[in-house]
Amino acid sequence: MTTVATTEDTRPVRKRPLSVSRIILHAFLIITALLWLAPVAWAVFTSFRPYADTAKNGYVSLPHTLTLGNYRRAWTQGDIPLHFWNSLIITIPAIVLILLFAAMVAYVVSRFSFWFNVPLLIFFMAANLLPQQVIITPVYQMFLRIHLPTWLSESGAAYDSFIGLIAINVAFQTGFCTFVLSNYMKTLPKSLTEAARVDGAGVTRQFFGIIMPLCRPAFAALAVLEFTWIYNDFFWAVVLMSSGDKQPITSSLNNLQGQFFTDNNLIAAASVLVAIPTILVFALLQRQFIGGLTLGSTKE
Amino acid sequence: MATDVAAAGQADGTPREGRAVRLSVRDRIALALMVTIPVIVVGGLIWFPTFASIALSFTSWDGIGGITTAKWIGTENYHQVATIYPGFWPAVRHNLIWLAYLTFVATPFGLFLAYQLDKELRGSRMYQSIFFLPVVLSFAILGFIVQLTYSQSQGLINGIFGTNVDWLGDPSINLWAVLVLVGWRHAGYIMILYLAGLKAIDPSLREAAAIDGAGEWHAFRTVVFPALRPINIVIVVVTVIEALRAFDVVYVVNKGRNGLELLSVLVTNNIIGEASRIGYGSAIAVILIVFSIIPIIVFVWNSFKETEPA
Repeated sequence: MTTVATTEDTRPVRKRPLSVSRIILHAFLIITALLWLAPVAWAVFTSFRPYADTAKNGYVSLPHTLTLGNYRRAWTQGDIPLHFWNSLIITIPAIVLILLFAAMVAYVVSRFSFWFNVPLLIFFMAANLLPQQVIITPVYQMFLRIHLPTWLSESGAAYDSFIGLIAINVAFQTGFCTFVLSNYMKTLPKSLTEAARVDGAGVTRQFFGIIMPLCRPAFAALAVLEFTWIYNDFFWAVVLMSSGDKQPITSSLNNLQGQFFTDNNLIAAASVLVAIPTILVFALLQRQFIGGLTLGSTKE
Repeated sequence: MATDVAAAGQADGTPREGRAVRLSVRDRIALALMVTIPVIVVGGLIWFPTFASIALSFTSWDGIGGITTAKWIGTENYHQVATIYPGFWPAVRHNLIWLAYLTFVATPFGLFLAYQLDKELRGSRMYQSIFFLPVVLSFAILGFIVQLTYSQSQGLINGIFGTNVDWLGDPSINLWAVLVLVGWRHAGYIMILYLAGLKAIDPSLREAAAIDGAGEWHAFRTVVFPALRPINIVIVVVTVIEALRAFDVVYVVNKGRNGLELLSVLVTNNIIGEASRIGYGSAIAVILIVFSIIPIIVFVWNSFKETEPA
């Protein structure tokens, strides 16, 4: 899978005079891009305006004052730091476990020819494609009935606990990563592990010492994708987490809405705050991110 | 997949050995653990609940007592869902509209953007980033942006056009209002997938694709689009699954009522809240399973067909 960085154009750039059709195309793209940015720009604009100003002059008006007040209020009233922390507690361990599990299965199916390789891959891949709602009823009932020691879960059950949310995210996302990693590992030369095997390395040492380090580019791409998906998750958290103070950031926004349903400025500020981490991650790792999708969707 | 590995081994010139012979007991234990731990997690939290949903859909259970208090009632839940449950047919209709809209509007638009941006174009990466921006936002944030855009008294659209339409409260238009922004996100997603696909195809095909103006549509239809077949299947699957999973946006807007009913919301409403009707919710979940099984099979079948060695 040499496509990790193929989004970087390697084609020789030929100088092309701007033809009429190019000008039309650029005009179309610029207009579309502006339309594309409009909802986000609107949210950002609204978030900087004091409520009193918009209430008096209407939302579509020139601002008289711009303020960070909405952000300050969202930060404190919405308990944003606490919910950011909750999101981290859920997202980071989930990503580590997903990548570890997926790598283990991918290693077995890509390096050995067992009869169960294909059924195993189907078992994992199909699990990732089911709509979440298909399994939520039994999962909800199971989580209520799975008892955990209180040092693991304050609620004493898998329901309403960080462990529960981590577990369901891990189970749901492992399939996708298994699929991507098994394709990736198949492209690693067999001779690498063969040599280690001749030197007497067992499968665990081959896995941790050779395969895992070589998969770093794939891990980076998948970590970015999984961060976005788990951080953005709303459904699992809404259904499986009842305590407001344990909600991750994305679903906690919903509570803010209940309390201040008319204050769009506050909601806009909170939305911008919540969106910042994913936008930052995307901006910093854009190449791996798009490369990751390349990895996930094409085959050799 | 298994044959793939074996064939690769032979192609290397290394004789194929019986794997069982050369694996030590320790290695076998390690491999067994590597497979069984993830299998237990995914099996226990995804596949067991899937089959439990199917079983529960034939029972009547309030979820309060033990599972033994569930009563077997056959297909009664399905019968009731289809005949007297008021939200069901609207939800089916909305899910189908959702799917049709993504398939015939948002997905083709994403493809169109990808195709244009794959040309040697100044600023292509900047355009890509802009069109991709909504995809990194969560659907929940999308729900808030929907409100900021459409709010009757405070929204962008009524403000610009001086209208006073209750975009989100009027059940005859609110689904479409939401879908516009859902398409906004979906098109960017599809664009990136297609760009990835376009980059992966043969450069000589891209030359054909780079033609401007006359003959462009013909070249696209006869050369580029057929070459994108693998990615097309991924796109179809992604589109169908997204349409079936749709939940967050409508839940944020109005908890999925009053013109925004979706199957996923009905499932959720039947398990959380005062009167939980597990069997009922499960019957709707099973209907979702039936809808999603087709794209899942297509996807799985297709991926394995392609990885077979030629």
